[in-house]
Amino acid sequence: MRERFLTGYNNFVLPFLIGMVFILAWCAIGLIKIILQLPKEDRRRFFISLINPRTAWKNIKDIFCKCLLHVDIWKRNKLLGYMHSSIAFGWFMLILIGHIEVFLYVPHRAKLLYFPIFFRYFVAETDSTLGGNFLFFLMDFFLLVILSGIFLAIIKRLRSRFFGMRRTTNLSLLDYIGLYSLWCIFPLRLLAEGFTADISGGSFLTKSLNHVFTAFLGNHTNMLPTWWAYSIALGIFFVVLPFTRYMHIPTEILLIPLRNAGIRITNARKGLAKAQVYSCPSCGLCIDACPMGVMKTHIKDTTVYLNRQIRRNNERRIEEISDKCLLCGKCSAICPVGVEGDKLRIAQRSIRKYNISHDYSSVNTDALIAESSFSSPSGSKVLYFAGCMTALTPKIRKSMEEIFSCAGVEYELMDKDGGICCGRPMMMAGRVREAEEMIAKNTEIIKASGAGTLVLSCPICYKIFKEKYSLDMEVLHHTEYICRLLDEKRLKVEHSTARYVYHDPCELGRGCGIYDEPRSVISSAGELVEAEKHHRESICCGGSIGSLTLGFDKREAMVRNAIANLTACSPDVIVTACPLCKSTFDRYSDKPVEDIAEIIANNLETTY
Amino acid sequence: MDFGFGIAPSSAVNLDRVDLEKFERLHAAEPDVYKCMSCGSCSATCIAGRFSGMSVRKVLHCLQRGKENEAISMVKGCMLCGKCSMVCPRGINTRHVILSICRIYGEDTK
Repeated sequence: MRERFLTGYNNFVLPFLIGMVFILAWCAIGLIKIILQLPKEDRRRFFISLINPRTAWKNIKDIFCKCLLHVDIWKRNKLLGYMHSSIAFGWFMLILIGHIEVFLYVPHRAKLLYFPIFFRYFVAETDSTLGGNFLFFLMDFFLLVILSGIFLAIIKRLRSRFFGMRRTTNLSLLDYIGLYSLWCIFPLRLLAEGFTADISGGSFLTKSLNHVFTAFLGNHTNMLPTWWAYSIALGIFFVVLPFTRYMHIPTEILLIPLRNAGIRITNARKGLAKAQVYSCPSCGLCIDACPMGVMKTHIKDTTVYLNRQIRRNNERRIEEISDKCLLCGKCSAICPVGVEGDKLRIAQRSIRKYNISHDYSSVNTDALIAESSFSSPSGSKVLYFAGCMTALTPKIRKSMEEIFSCAGVEYELMDKDGGICCGRPMMMAGRVREAEEMIAKNTEIIKASGAGTLVLSCPICYKIFKEKYSLDMEVLHHTEYICRLLDEKRLKVEHSTARYVYHDPCELGRGCGIYDEPRSVISSAGELVEAEKHHRESICCGGSIGSLTLGFDKREAMVRNAIANLTACSPDVIVTACPLCKSTFDRYSDKPVEDIAEIIANNLETTY
Repeated sequence: MDFGFGIAPSSAVNLDRVDLEKFERLHAAEPDVYKCMSCGSCSATCIAGRFSGMSVRKVLHCLQRGKENEAISMVKGCMLCGKCSMVCPRGINTRHVILSICRIYGEDTK
């Protein structure tokens, strides 16, 4: 290898160099800003996680698997996965091998940022060696891989359905500039290296290109303009990058360690929230996932557009989008970069100013404590909190009482005549202080009751009891509790021939990760069939209290869509584990809708 | 002299003296407030009613009659569980109405 130019410089590197310096400076400033915006405690935790070998290893693994290989997207759709990993991993390899070449052959140029990128222009192959040939082959190979990815990306723009996406995001003008410059970079690189292939050498791709189009590529007067074009394409891409969706590429590398450090969103716009917003690649997977997507008018209210509006500081739209959401959490569950659309929205709601704040200091808990306390407290006694929603579906509570007495459990009702709300709906509205006040009141009642186990029927309550209450007792959802009673043979259920389809309630499934217990309970009572979309991908019933602005009369299309998803396998009964899902489905479903507690109570062996 | 009973204070409302400016703002934000037919479904399902006398129906009445303080003290007890919006036969999004009341009222009323 020898250098073609003593100076090792040509003016065409300038656009690339300007872009590169700009983006590096931008990212460095952004990184420092986000870390400074973290609360002190989180910042400490973040730095500790960086030096902790376990989290450090997880960070490296996650960055490699997610940012380069895009494992999550592979799992969703092979073609989409290939498209992403070919471009990301291919580009990474080009940069890496470029650096290896510089270190091997012209180590004194290693400090020049542009040298690995324009290696073939500055360095010519004098005699072909095995090592050099291999590196050149790798460079051409990965360039081909990227070009195949770009080809797929162009097809995806025209026909996203081939990639398993019904809808994609509408790009903004700058996004288009970024997109087109990204598409240009690699074909231009191929062309530029094709020009120098007969001088600097190349491999199967560049050399053959040079041979085939000798008339054009052999004419060296065209060479410099092509290298200029390649450099300009890179420069434009880097300069627009901070203002486009491609900002997710550098930001995701920060988001992964932040997430692995266990940091949560504390500020609506700063710190982790900012990292999440900028990590959004505007891929639009959340558009198809959103249960509101069945109505075209709501498409612009999905998480991808929330992130865009937060970046633009469009307060009116931020409020509209964050208030409309059902908070079912499906966008967070399927997001390939881990943007938590639901938590981000709750954070936006929490910065609203209200003139009237709720106040429960006058709520007297004495009567409630008297109602729910056991005369002789013991660990084996169960306190049952049916929850507000269960008050609208009293059959669930009745069934639970039947189950308790059948299994010989000593139980007490916590909200026989109406209790205090668990606080989750208030939390969802972003009013944390008020929610905490309710939590304190309920904690007082529960601790005074003297029970050893708290059983809940409503997944909405269950989530906040698991996350925000500090009770020194077991907290179980009734699906878990029934499952345990069945396992311990304290309940005997007759196996019927009915076909049951199970609807995963958002807060129980995605919210608390309970998928297996309800299924095992249903299997003991009849035949369990799965809906078209289930587990993490289950569709919200549409009745969620997460939405602030969406009235119940505007949700029919969503409910019908969720029912269609459940009835695709023609079940006899729709089974759910949430009183809210049950009452929502009941409005529009032709099939009977029952809670797990009901089907168990109906199938109890009477001889027992 | 204490007879053990007295004359109830007049509950007459002089609508000429009521400043409905805030209610108009509420109406602009929540066009549905006039849809309420005072059926009381919301009050029947309300969990906060047991503790603070909260009733969406009454709150809307009070606001339209200028009894803001009474309404605000009821709204303060709301736990935002949202059951009222589920049972409302007129399809009013009562939960958001309450949030709007919290925003619009209470600026200068004590």
